[in-house]
Amino acid sequence: MQARHRTALFLLPAGAWFVTMLVLPLVVVLVFSFGERGEAGGYSPAFVLDNYFNLPARWTAFQNTLTLAPVGTLACLLIAYPLAYFLAVRASEKWRTLLLVLVIVPFWTSILIRSYAWIFILGGQGIPALISAMGLGDIKLINTPFAVLTGIVYGYLPLMVFPIYVSLERLDKRLLEASADLGSPPWRSFLQVTLPLSMPGVATGCMLVFILLMGEFLIPAILGGGKVFFVGNALVDLFLQSRNWAFGSAVAVALVVIMLVTVTAYMRLTSRWAGGRDDLSLM
Amino acid sequence: MSDSNNTISREKFMAELERFRKGSVTRRHFLGVTGLGVATAVLGTAMPGLRPRAASAAESIGDRVVLATWPNYHDPENFKAFKALTGAAVDMNVFGSNEEMLAKLQAGGSGWDVFVPTNYTISTYVKENLIVPLDMKQIANYDVASFETRFAGPGTVDGKIYAVSKNWGTTGFAVNTAKLGKLASPTTWKEFWDMTQAEFSGRTMVHDYQLTTIGNALKYFGYSFNSIDAKELADAEKLLMKAKPHLFAITSDYQPGMRSGDAWLTICWTGDGKQLNRDLPDIHFVLGKEGGEIWSDFYAIPKSAPNPKAAYALINFLLDPKVNAKECLFHGQPVADKRVDALLPPEILKDPILHPAAELLNALEFGAAVTLTDPHRAELMARFKSA
Repeated sequence: MQARHRTALFLLPAGAWFVTMLVLPLVVVLVFSFGERGEAGGYSPAFVLDNYFNLPARWTAFQNTLTLAPVGTLACLLIAYPLAYFLAVRASEKWRTLLLVLVIVPFWTSILIRSYAWIFILGGQGIPALISAMGLGDIKLINTPFAVLTGIVYGYLPLMVFPIYVSLERLDKRLLEASADLGSPPWRSFLQVTLPLSMPGVATGCMLVFILLMGEFLIPAILGGGKVFFVGNALVDLFLQSRNWAFGSAVAVALVVIMLVTVTAYMRLTSRWAGGRDDLSLM
Repeated sequence: MSDSNNTISREKFMAELERFRKGSVTRRHFLGVTGLGVATAVLGTAMPGLRPRAASAAESIGDRVVLATWPNYHDPENFKAFKALTGAAVDMNVFGSNEEMLAKLQAGGSGWDVFVPTNYTISTYVKENLIVPLDMKQIANYDVASFETRFAGPGTVDGKIYAVSKNWGTTGFAVNTAKLGKLASPTTWKEFWDMTQAEFSGRTMVHDYQLTTIGNALKYFGYSFNSIDAKELADAEKLLMKAKPHLFAITSDYQPGMRSGDAWLTICWTGDGKQLNRDLPDIHFVLGKEGGEIWSDFYAIPKSAPNPKAAYALINFLLDPKVNAKECLFHGQPVADKRVDALLPPEILKDPILHPAAELLNALEFGAAVTLTDPHRAELMARFKSA
């Protein structure tokens, strides 16, 4: 009995935090989503379903998010895996720490400032000018979905590199020796030993990046020039510009539901994929 | 300022100002050569209202005053002088639209002591009970008679002064004339939207702001800038949707795009037009012949202001004609105060961007209060952006 009291006491701060920071706001959002826009904007109490019926008005935003979030996650993965592999397996001890620090260094500056830097790199006097000077024609990069994707990969790469790095770093090198001893060429050892054993890191990295991308609004706002619109941008707009908190709450609820469904499906899939192992949460 | 006119000619002053703005000389050099540095140093003695209290000010108004305002709208040197005088540091929050400011105040807990609303929003703030009538005794530097009524007027609601005039200006468009080719330079909103969908495709920017973007789409059809008529808004929406694929961006931060040459045409406010034209003379600021917006900005104090005493001190300080003249020289937006104009170099008062010809001004409309709260305009803008 006493032990249980002690446990409850220790859990109290976390529990209070959980209730006030997560449950309460979610309840507010849910209640608001059935309300109406106030006369001067904001929220006025009501119980209507109009906001949910109006959701198709933001279809393009959902479509953009649901395309660019998975594509962005995949692009991150394809670039992060070789990098993590190099860091964990190939880089010498001497350099490894330095290289790892270099992966984190961008986090020391605000993503806002770094995204602004990309405006200049992708703008008319940046890469397009270079390409045009080489006689390869005129292209437009800034304010396109490609620019947003570039920003996403740039911003989220470290979040993908680290989980994969950790799982590769833990890999028992003797397994690779055994594989080679048994006559397996390196590519086959990679496919049949390294890759499956690094899957938990891949799954964690993908989940981290995907969840954050679903709520992203800064990168599309800055590198998409207001033309590549995510659900996050629709939310900022509804709360800060058109001040329709009721509809904004309905969009938020829809986003949470979509996330729950996708993430649950994803976890089912990956746990089957990882052969029933449940050590997906390496980070 | 009048003293510094004796030591430096007006032409020389403007030349130095240009050099400073282009970054070819440092602020220190600029202040030194123009005498403004000395002016700042003696500002304290020129401020009878604040000087006697300066010594004990630190405890009387607190050490911090929070100001919610617009980008590039204040001279940091003035804030330094305010801190030296009163001991209160100005903590600045920058916003891009009136809707955003209203949303913050409606949500509560903004923490602002002073903010800068535009004319058409003030009656709503009063109705929503978000701002307080000003105690004019604490703003001795506000002299009603010196301010042009059409700019300062909207600050008065039901006979009570809720907001005092900061600056005024217009909303036109900026066009990079070097990119026109054989095209004639546009002078109307009709040409603005037609060029956007043809020769200037992919090169035009519109504001991320319902008032000006919808308003100037309405002007294409000759409707009122402030229309909330369902049919007229539907026409404007059709035009906006047709133009959207041709836009370079939807943003209120349009200077970088114009400066880099990525964009050639943009909806533009007076101060930005002045700054762009000053640095890149090919970029012209144009007021559409059909009309568009004329606006005036104000200082107001939210009901929730944590430190009203400091708020009054800051507003009073910034409305001191000498301080206000410095502000104007910094941001290039006209002031509605005669006393300030008297301190400014005549070039500024003759500048066609800051002070357009009367016939162009006559066609302009002040934003109407209803556009701020009309749900159809808000949702139209949101649909346009998310399409």
